[in-house]
Amino acid sequence: MSAVPAAQVAATTPPSADARNVTRGGRRFTTASPRGRTSRLISTVVLLAIGVVFLVPLGWILLASVNGAATVSVSWPQMFTLDNFVQIATWETTFRPLWNSAILSFGCAIVTVVASVLAAYPLSRYQLRFRRSFMYGILFGTCLPITAMMVPVYALFVSLRLLDNVWGTMFFLAATSLPMAIWMTKNFMDSIPVSLEEAAWVDGASSMTALRRIVVPLMRPGIAVVFIFVFTQAWGNFFVPFVLLQSAQNQPAAVAIYGFFGTYGTVNYGQLAAFSIMYSLPVLVLYLVVQRVSGSSFAMAGAVKG
Amino acid sequence: MATLAAEPRRGQPAAPRRSRGRRVGRNLARTAPLLPAVVLLALFLLGPIIYSLFGSLTNRALTGPRAADPQFVGLDNYLTLLGNDNFWKSVVLTIVFVVASALIGQNVLGMGLALMMSKAPSGVSRVISALVVTAWVLPEIVAAFALYAFFASQGTLNIVLSWLGLDGPMWLVTFPMLAVILANVWRGTAFSMMVYSAALAEVPPDVSEAAEIDGANVFQRFFRITLPMIRRSISTNLMLTTLQTLGVFTLIWVMTAGGPGVESSTLPILAYQEAFKFMQVGYGTAIATVTLLLGAMFSIVYIKVLKPEVDS
Repeated sequence: MSAVPAAQVAATTPPSADARNVTRGGRRFTTASPRGRTSRLISTVVLLAIGVVFLVPLGWILLASVNGAATVSVSWPQMFTLDNFVQIATWETTFRPLWNSAILSFGCAIVTVVASVLAAYPLSRYQLRFRRSFMYGILFGTCLPITAMMVPVYALFVSLRLLDNVWGTMFFLAATSLPMAIWMTKNFMDSIPVSLEEAAWVDGASSMTALRRIVVPLMRPGIAVVFIFVFTQAWGNFFVPFVLLQSAQNQPAAVAIYGFFGTYGTVNYGQLAAFSIMYSLPVLVLYLVVQRVSGSSFAMAGAVKG
Repeated sequence: MATLAAEPRRGQPAAPRRSRGRRVGRNLARTAPLLPAVVLLALFLLGPIIYSLFGSLTNRALTGPRAADPQFVGLDNYLTLLGNDNFWKSVVLTIVFVVASALIGQNVLGMGLALMMSKAPSGVSRVISALVVTAWVLPEIVAAFALYAFFASQGTLNIVLSWLGLDGPMWLVTFPMLAVILANVWRGTAFSMMVYSAALAEVPPDVSEAAEIDGANVFQRFFRITLPMIRRSISTNLMLTTLQTLGVFTLIWVMTAGGPGVESSTLPILAYQEAFKFMQVGYGTAIATVTLLLGAMFSIVYIKVLKPEVDS
């Protein structure tokens, strides 16, 4: 999970389709040779084969969800049915877990974005003596494998009496996403020229007023990217709520879905697949939104620097 | 970057140095916005790390008298750990998992996909890219279910093998590590693919074309020209995929739960089992600490790779 932040940042950095097309276009003209055509054919065939391997498990989820008699293997449903969706469409089974996920993820994303915008301001605007060591510490924090920390975190939550507490879990999730969020936010903020704030300073505005009135509105796309990235990460997190939230009414969808899998009895694969789709849709949609918001190398600023 | 860092210094209102007290006050006011972030990080990240180091020196348990009054046992947990075959097995499994699925699997496949996509028709590239990225955007637990179904003994893989007249093994029982390694490649390759696609797009085609005219073949051009030009992307990506894979829990937990026995228990799984299944929190914490130290070692290398970015 540690570098998932880093990993998911690339959610914001789809390979720039335009750039690739230009290069490809250029190459197509320069090497319109038989050899070029052969490598094109080979690439296409191999890519299609790999595509099938990636498609099959995804196809299983889609097909099983509309199959009244779904099994573990991919099969074309004898009869299409929405029964699986109807069966799970109850408050206890589906909507409460999804609602819990929404609260947990929104809360986490709001806390993270507010804290990281505030923290990024002094780091970006002032020459602080400890800035370098702080940034190193943050970078170090982005790398820690959080999954390895869950045992001590559990022990800590027991002594703080925060076990099975949604707020405690939300703040913990926020803390785990903060290092990457601060790093990204600071980079977005660095790209906004300070000269715009100078006018406000001259007019006697405090730095916080300048931040609220000038910097934040200008970096709205950057903030949206950070927000969606943190939200997605919290939404998909299974292990943290699995360890920290025990009662059924607090559990988010990631943990509830594990119940379908049940360690006892038979698994209803159709319902499992239907729930998977309901649970995955929001993040798939958000991913497309991020691509729209920052469909350029702009978003790369916060993340992987190669 | 250098100019950006320099600008704020010039941009600040030129405050004459009046008194020491005022300067301290100003510095406090300037650093105040850092407070919420620092409190959260200290409480929920630094706290558990310190707790981890300290807790691993006690015989704390989840229930019973040792839960209420844990005793300080020094390095006992670590000594037990060193003498425990399961721990060593787990270390080896973790290394195998990281090397096979992240360092080799995701990186080689990611690079291969990126290269082929730059050659294939754009329609094909776009569809394949969308499939690969979807596997990565899906919540981890959903991906884990999909792959569990794929590798299950009556699953798709074995059905396909039976069409070919082959009798597939029970992958999750007979070859649990192979199954979770392939699963992690399936799930994680998109990241490497995107990093390498972006890096390859930056490589100017004329250098490679010049070499082609000089008679260099495809492999020479790739290994002698393209790879060296994107080596920074490669090292960064190797680091990120390694750290990401070191922490994988959900995928393995859903597919094999670390089993059969401890045949696929990597360090995060082993720590969870010891602490929550066998209620040995102190012992589990010691395993967690070892994993954290392992991660910290990787992090330091990673920070060295990225060093110029912090200094800018």
